[in-house]
Amino acid sequence: MNMMSEAAVEKALDKKMNDISYKMIGKDVSVYYGDKRALYDVNLNVRQNTVTALIGPSGCGKSTFLRTLNRMNDTIEGCRVTGRITLDTDDIYDPNIDVVELRARVGMVFQKPNPFPKSIYENVAYGPRIHGLAKAKADMDAIVESSLQKAGLWNEVKDRLLEGGTGLSGGQQQRLCIARAVAVSPEVILMDEPCSALDPIATAKVEELIHELRANFTIVIVTHSMQQAARVSQRTAMFHLGNLVEENDTDKMFTNPDDQRTQDYIMGRFG
Amino acid sequence: MSSTHIVSIYDEELKYLSRRISEMGGTAEQMVADSVRALVTTDGALAQKVISEDVILDTAERQINDKAIVTIAKRQPVAADLREIMGAIRIAAELERVGDLGKNTAKRVIAVQSSGMPRKLTRGLEHLAELTLIQLKEVLDVYATRSVEKAKAIRERDDEIDAIYTSLFRELLTYMMEDPRNITPCTHLLFCAKNIERIGDHATNIAETIYYMATGSQPEGERPKDDTSTSVVTADVTEASE
Repeated sequence: MNMMSEAAVEKALDKKMNDISYKMIGKDVSVYYGDKRALYDVNLNVRQNTVTALIGPSGCGKSTFLRTLNRMNDTIEGCRVTGRITLDTDDIYDPNIDVVELRARVGMVFQKPNPFPKSIYENVAYGPRIHGLAKAKADMDAIVESSLQKAGLWNEVKDRLLEGGTGLSGGQQQRLCIARAVAVSPEVILMDEPCSALDPIATAKVEELIHELRANFTIVIVTHSMQQAARVSQRTAMFHLGNLVEENDTDKMFTNPDDQRTQDYIMGRFG
Repeated sequence: MSSTHIVSIYDEELKYLSRRISEMGGTAEQMVADSVRALVTTDGALAQKVISEDVILDTAERQINDKAIVTIAKRQPVAADLREIMGAIRIAAELERVGDLGKNTAKRVIAVQSSGMPRKLTRGLEHLAELTLIQLKEVLDVYATRSVEKAKAIRERDDEIDAIYTSLFRELLTYMMEDPRNITPCTHLLFCAKNIERIGDHATNIAETIYYMATGSQPEGERPKDDTSTSVVTADVTEASE
């Protein structure tokens, strides 16, 4: 009887493991900036419809890893990436892959809100237009409205869509950037400290938004605020000196992490 | 606590909590020991002292809670720090209850005194109190050292106290059946025995909390229990006394 129940537990666990679907898989990822090595053989998988937070002290490699996920490092002179990163089954460093297409599938939101110096409407419509996602004006209107809805900004801007995007408040600008990222229907959204330039209220709105976006997108977020990582993510990965130290359920990371370095970092202690 | 916080005042706040817990522990231990001594020697003055000391523990518990709440609000503690603070809140509550039970025992001294209790009635109680006090003292030592092994050992020993309590229960019932004049003092003594047995339970709860603080997980398995006094009937006792 006991044996059977143990076997049943094993089976349930196996099933649970198999149920996790990975949207992106990073295998032995290393990054070099010229001679300097920034990441050491990182193996980190990003789960589908999950918010994964990357934490760690400055210079630990968390932003570097984030940028490998949509090849933003390509734009940096002398940067070299080794290892393998896949999006679903596609190797994103395959020479045949279209990087513009990749970045439509893996969108990005930056630290400082950076709307185009155009109208609110044009900020959101820009991506869908260059990717040819809307044929008629009505289609484009629908995409703009639904993207602004998803970014929680629609009610605040629906009466002034033709006004400049740069005239919005910082928090609104950041949500506009999220709407812009969402407009091209990406599969993954990367966020590099999206709230570090925002006040606590605007931060809360973006965090609420991240929570809602999770239903439709896979999100990877770099944050310096440990409390933010604890609040918004389901999985947390801790980086230190270019190594992935620990990746775990966020609930476990912030109550009883396995690694001493994680423990010291999140508790604000010297190692 | 192998390393210190970057913000040193945070360490001070945590140290304050553990220092106050240790002080509460010392007071609670003294109150329990005094209450039993007052009962055994029918010392009304000592009983009065125990009763008046309870307010010290009440105040300390409130202060620990206030400090813990402020620390949580200001520092947003996580992991071991969070468990340290939650542990302090829980242990303070346990020690406050220990004080209440000591006080209740002390209150009964006057009643027992006036009913003219024979000396032999309290002997079993003394033994029970001795074991409980050891349990309490050790658990407070474990709080200072955070030894996971010792916390586990204490938890596993609570059944000894339970077993003695059950046999004391039978013994007091026997005295009551022997002589109805024993009923009043023996009933009070039963309550005292129950108080002391409960103190053992609180010591065990504290051991479990310390285990959690140190490891982040709850100790596995049911804690051993040997309190069968709930099923003792008079037929058992007559048999036992014959």
